[in-house]
Amino acid sequence: MAFYSTSEFKGGLKIMLDGDPYNIVENEFVKPGKGQAFNRVRVRNLKTGRTVEKTFKSGDSVEAADVHDTEMQYLYNDGEEWHFMDPATYEQMTANANAVGDAAKWIKEQDVCKVTLWNGAPLSVEPPNFVVLAITETDPGLKGDTSGGGGKPATLETGAVVRVPLFVQTGELVKVDTRTGDYVSRAKEA
Amino acid sequence: MIADPSPGDCADWQPSARLGTIRARAAMLGRIRDFFAAVGVLEVETPILSQAAVTDPALASLRTGVSGLGRPLYLQTSPEFPMKRLLAAGSGPVYQICKVFRDDERGRRHHPEFTLLEWYRPGWDHHRLMDELAGLVRAALARPDLPVERIAYRDLFRQRLDLDPWTATLADLRATALAVGIADAADLDLNADAWLDLLLTQTLESGLGRGGMTFLHDYPPSQAALARIRSDPFPVAERFELYLDGVELANGFHELTDAVEQRTRFAADLAVREQGGQFIPPLDERLLGALAAGMPACAGVALGLDRLLMTAVGAVHIDEVLTFPIERA
Repeated sequence: MAFYSTSEFKGGLKIMLDGDPYNIVENEFVKPGKGQAFNRVRVRNLKTGRTVEKTFKSGDSVEAADVHDTEMQYLYNDGEEWHFMDPATYEQMTANANAVGDAAKWIKEQDVCKVTLWNGAPLSVEPPNFVVLAITETDPGLKGDTSGGGGKPATLETGAVVRVPLFVQTGELVKVDTRTGDYVSRAKEA
Repeated sequence: MIADPSPGDCADWQPSARLGTIRARAAMLGRIRDFFAAVGVLEVETPILSQAAVTDPALASLRTGVSGLGRPLYLQTSPEFPMKRLLAAGSGPVYQICKVFRDDERGRRHHPEFTLLEWYRPGWDHHRLMDELAGLVRAALARPDLPVERIAYRDLFRQRLDLDPWTATLADLRATALAVGIADAADLDLNADAWLDLLLTQTLESGLGRGGMTFLHDYPPSQAALARIRSDPFPVAERFELYLDGVELANGFHELTDAVEQRTRFAADLAVREQGGQFIPPLDERLLGALAAGMPACAGVALGLDRLLMTAVGAVHIDEVLTFPIERA
């Protein structure tokens, strides 16, 4: 089992706390003129996404979390789980709804996602920053309006709902920023 | 495999301090030397390498060596011991600007190698030295009107936290830490001094030195380090720290001069180190020899010049005032 000393703490380090994997968001070393030093640390629980503050006595050690990111291709959803494949080894893995989280409303077959593995199993899935998806349903909108002002809701093939300009119609492809959920532009093809 | 003979493509060769900050440091050092020349304090140099190492369990020395000596050498964590040997040899008031080294210290305000200004005033007590330090800081920062206030350690904790550090139990300390919202206060396993350090650094420190210099003085005897302890009527360590803009800049003592008491404190430090499985350093017998021969009563202080420069240029990270921090040294 690997351990990290507080002197190795820095943003991005993955550690185990109370049985859960955490990511160090921010580490501050505090020490009085003479006496005990502490590390005041902000950590994010990689299972729940919640951020908490922790105080460590400097010099203490914490178990390392076996967490790393890998690029995987999304294959299909079997109704319960999402199936991914490592494009280098063709190894397949399944992720549950908890791990896929919000990515579920953006990804479609063949998309390459950043999958975070904990002890070799998917812990979270990050969709590509930009995806191109077809609109399955939106109001026809006003004819001749090309300004894009105002906008209207549109349902995409993955089920996500985004605001699109009035001139965009059902059946068209649109490019969306998954980090903000914002429409970027119309697209010709994926 | 032979190294690629292509020209350097290392992107982090540049200094992390701006040229203006590098110039501000030079100007500050000039004003400090002028200050001491005007008041008749002698500039000295003592070795950075020492055969002995600090015993304070909260300080970690870096170790190195030279060929032929037959024993390791340690990089100084402060020039205190050799400067005290000079005092015992009759040097009169002395100051030094030098690099000191501390392992396991890296952060926004910490760097393993930093610059200390340390000086000693024979015949003075800590209050008189606080006055001179205030004058030095005003001169160094070229802020002649910078106000000064003093508050006793006990008064600060009583006023701000309704806690008396001299009588508080471990349960009182934990309850106070919980009340002020320190993370993990319920679970931390600390002794009384560590609780006080935690409360000071996490809740009180940022409010000190706002709009001027704040001297915190007269510490609990358990935090005496190398300060004298007086009975007043309860025991008080004649130690002080200087804060400016919420940052600790200096630590000073009305110095311990008793060789027997000094050896007892060294032994107590070593006992703590042994218990914690820490490195057991060789004691500085030459310092003890100097104290036994008779070091004049004096006050001494060490001021962190990198942090002082940070306040002068408004830096939030120590790297902004260093030419090349350790990661690109």
